Amino acid sequence: MSTASKSPAGSSTDRIQKTIVLRAPRSKVWRALTDSAQFGQWFGARLEGPFAAGRRTQGPITIPGYSHLRFEADVEQIEPERIFSYRWQPGGDPDKDPAEPTTLVVFELEEVPEGTLLTVTETGFDQLPAARRARAYRDNDSGWAGQMENIRKYLASAA
Amino acid sequence: MPQRRRSGTPAPVFAALGDEIRLRLLARLSQGPLSISGLTAGSGITRQGVTKHLRVLAGAGLVRGSRRGKESVWQLERRRLEEARRSLEQISRQWDVSLAKLKLFVEQEDS
Repeated sequence: MSTASKSPAGSSTDRIQKTIVLRAPRSKVWRALTDSAQFGQWFGARLEGPFAAGRRTQGPITIPGYSHLRFEADVEQIEPERIFSYRWQPGGDPDKDPAEPTTLVVFELEEVPEGTLLTVTETGFDQLPAARRARAYRDNDSGWAGQMENIRKYLASAA
Repeated sequence: MPQRRRSGTPAPVFAALGDEIRLRLLARLSQGPLSISGLTAGSGITRQGVTKHLRVLAGAGLVRGSRRGKESVWQLERRRLEEARRSLEQISRQWDVSLAKLKLFVEQEDS
């Protein structure tokens, strides 16, 4: 996998950060992130309505094995071709409490000679109740392994 | 940070871990159980400070204290720590998968 993880000093338990170079123009990456139909295609969700700052976009997850879960994101910031951010409750637990704290997901785009450098940062894990998280991860474990396998097959056949 | 002490209720494990002094206390306890005096020695903070941080860690289920003679002896709850570590790894892997899918999506030929 060509993503790089960084854990900054201090509270490394509060955040996950990934960077990836995408061999595509920034405008194309921007559309893939902020056009909710395109986002749904790669992420695996059937999203209703566009992403707009201050609004919730939601819809069922379409990833095999996860169709009982919903994608729900409250968009915070849309700064054209630079920053897109939303808050959500990671894990997609169907029993989640709507009052529970959310994490903030920030996508940042930067032009590089190879295409577009994308940095994804998810923060706020320090505020989440651990008991629910542990349950959500257990539920997710086998499903994500299957997803990985699908991608490996796809990449192998495309090569 | 509010604490919940009853077991089985949501516990702010990650919050408890998000502090340098508490991480240092955990590192020392990872070598074996210690009394408050043992933890205070060479820590650069007061006994009261150590006690306060131990309570936060205990509230999150990360350490457990027991009486031994006159002193409380503290030890790690390894299972809880392991759970917290695995949680973050799991989310990290989910992002790897999602970003790999995004990469495929944007790098495919223009349609």
